[in-house]
Amino acid sequence: MMLEVKGLTVSFRGRDGDLTAVDGIDFAVEEGETFVIIGESGSGKSLTGMSVVGLTPEGAIVDGSIRFAGREVVGQPDRVMRKVRGREIGIVYQDPLGALNPVHRIGDQIAEAMTTHGIASGKEAVTRAVDLLRAVRIPDPERVARYYPHEISGGMRQRAVFAMALACRPKLLIADEPTTALDVTIKAQVLDLMRELQDEFSLTVLLITHDMGVVAEVADRILVMYAGAVAEVGPADLLMDRPAHPYTSVLLASAMVSEAEPQSELQVVPGGTPALGQMPDGCRFHPRCPRATDLCRRDEPKLREIGGAQVACHHPLTEIAEEPA
Amino acid sequence: MSLLSLRGVAKHFGSRSKDGTVVKAVDGVDLDIARGETVGIVGESGCGKSTLARLALRLLEPSAGEITFDGADITHAGTGQLKPVRRRMQAVFQDPLASLNSRMTIAQILAEPFSAHGLKPEGGVAARARALLEDVGLGGVDTSRRPRQFSGGQLQRIAIARALAVEPEIIVADEPTSALDPSIQAQIANLFLQIRRERGIALLIISHDLDVIGHLSDRIVVMYLGQVVEEAKAADLLSTPLHPYAQALLAAAPTLKARRAKAGRGQILAGDPPNPADAPPGCRFHPRCPLASDRCRTEPPALRTLGDRRVACHFAPDETIARGRAVGRARLGLDAA
Repeated sequence: MMLEVKGLTVSFRGRDGDLTAVDGIDFAVEEGETFVIIGESGSGKSLTGMSVVGLTPEGAIVDGSIRFAGREVVGQPDRVMRKVRGREIGIVYQDPLGALNPVHRIGDQIAEAMTTHGIASGKEAVTRAVDLLRAVRIPDPERVARYYPHEISGGMRQRAVFAMALACRPKLLIADEPTTALDVTIKAQVLDLMRELQDEFSLTVLLITHDMGVVAEVADRILVMYAGAVAEVGPADLLMDRPAHPYTSVLLASAMVSEAEPQSELQVVPGGTPALGQMPDGCRFHPRCPRATDLCRRDEPKLREIGGAQVACHHPLTEIAEEPA
Repeated sequence: MSLLSLRGVAKHFGSRSKDGTVVKAVDGVDLDIARGETVGIVGESGCGKSTLARLALRLLEPSAGEITFDGADITHAGTGQLKPVRRRMQAVFQDPLASLNSRMTIAQILAEPFSAHGLKPEGGVAARARALLEDVGLGGVDTSRRPRQFSGGQLQRIAIARALAVEPEIIVADEPTSALDPSIQAQIANLFLQIRRERGIALLIISHDLDVIGHLSDRIVVMYLGQVVEEAKAADLLSTPLHPYAQALLAAAPTLKARRAKAGRGQILAGDPPNPADAPPGCRFHPRCPLASDRCRTEPPALRTLGDRRVACHFAPDETIARGRAVGRARLGLDAA
């Protein structure tokens, strides 16, 4: 198992007690797969991803267990995590400009990633940096290596960030909204590149996104997060064909606007994700859920196995579908 | 007659750099919006769509061309002359938190358009504000609260309520759903459909999101590097895009079904969107175009009328229509491109 997360909780001290942003979630990422965490703002998806590499924001209290390649990550001091980050786990963020140092040349930054972790140094690191730029399909890599980040386009920058993330040949790549800031035609290029790199570098990918389109293209398995908890987790094909949790079906519907009758009213649920500290009793989704009953208002549903997926819902969609007409 | 009409409109920005480059953000655009019509403008960053929105609203003065609103020339109109036009033409922007005054309460935000235009609604401003909030699905919110206490989706509804307050004839919405979560985007899309159905207001919607544009619009305009490359009825553009760039844009955004089946994407467009400060000669799309020939490298294609659509490509429709149909079908996952 590449990554095993058990009872992961991320909370913040608030004036009126702790605010829990990630509430005891479990999941496991297998070697070689693309595991996607999908959720909207306030779902806790990015905090979950950043917990794995010890990069949660100041003041976050991380609890529970995260085992990366068999070793516990939670509670490790930063000097240990710094050796893991970049060396064993590569990271790609949404904003490539923020991930690159504006005053250093692209090639030097990639070389530095190798030098820092003692992978290569001097001329060799520079040569390898150019090779990596070539590997991420950057044309004329020798020249681009000498450019500063602002001298290349957004799509090229995101490729350079991939090159940097892969510099030390990590086993796991965490990509947090890697295509969100990009134009549609560039998004398509970057997703294709990611798929190819996964094969070439034998990567396991943990991808975090709000975009069901991205999920559809790359995911092997999906974890749907809502308001800090797991709504549903299972194989991508299953969840996309037969979502069991009503929230999964809402996310799917909102990504299927192009399949709706033009100018027809779209299927929606009212309201938005509850704010931290205003978590409803029972099921977190019940105030927005068309299927909610008294049971949902009272008891928080536990994850249980339903038709090949793990679902936290008292009234899943798939059970109903299986009833005889 | 069109409600809003742009003829050969251009906006050039002088660069601060030493070489004195001029950025032609919008470069000769014709656009007509009829009463009650929804027109969508789609394109990638740097295509000039947001500048075009600001020109249509006359928040910017064009460098060339002519803008008319309800028959009156407003191309170079000053503040005084624009004031009555502003009441009839409202705007909604991408980031509602930035577009609403954070120090005002919601009640104050919704009262402002009335005082700005010297309007006294029947039953009073407060009652009218309540009714507007009700109309946008926010009946019962506490109007003494300030923008920061609302979610992005709620704020966008408030911004729309504010735009509706003065009963405009057109709303120009620049990326109105782009900053919102997917489940909220659909709510706002429904709200625009409802506004149109109930009030017959014309909408000019600018977005990079082909799904939203495709769902809401009667007509779609595709922009590339400051120019219109194709304009057609929404259904025609989605089923048979004729311009190679429109085809690439559609191919890059297949339906979910097609994405899953990995059938949607044919050839992926190579290269980056070009820099508006350094537009290529000839057809601006030629460096990325699979059909580009010598003619495209030297001779800019005119925006030609083909039936009820317009296309700026030397090869359209004869040499692009087959590919257009294939892209339209592949996008829906009907077969591979």
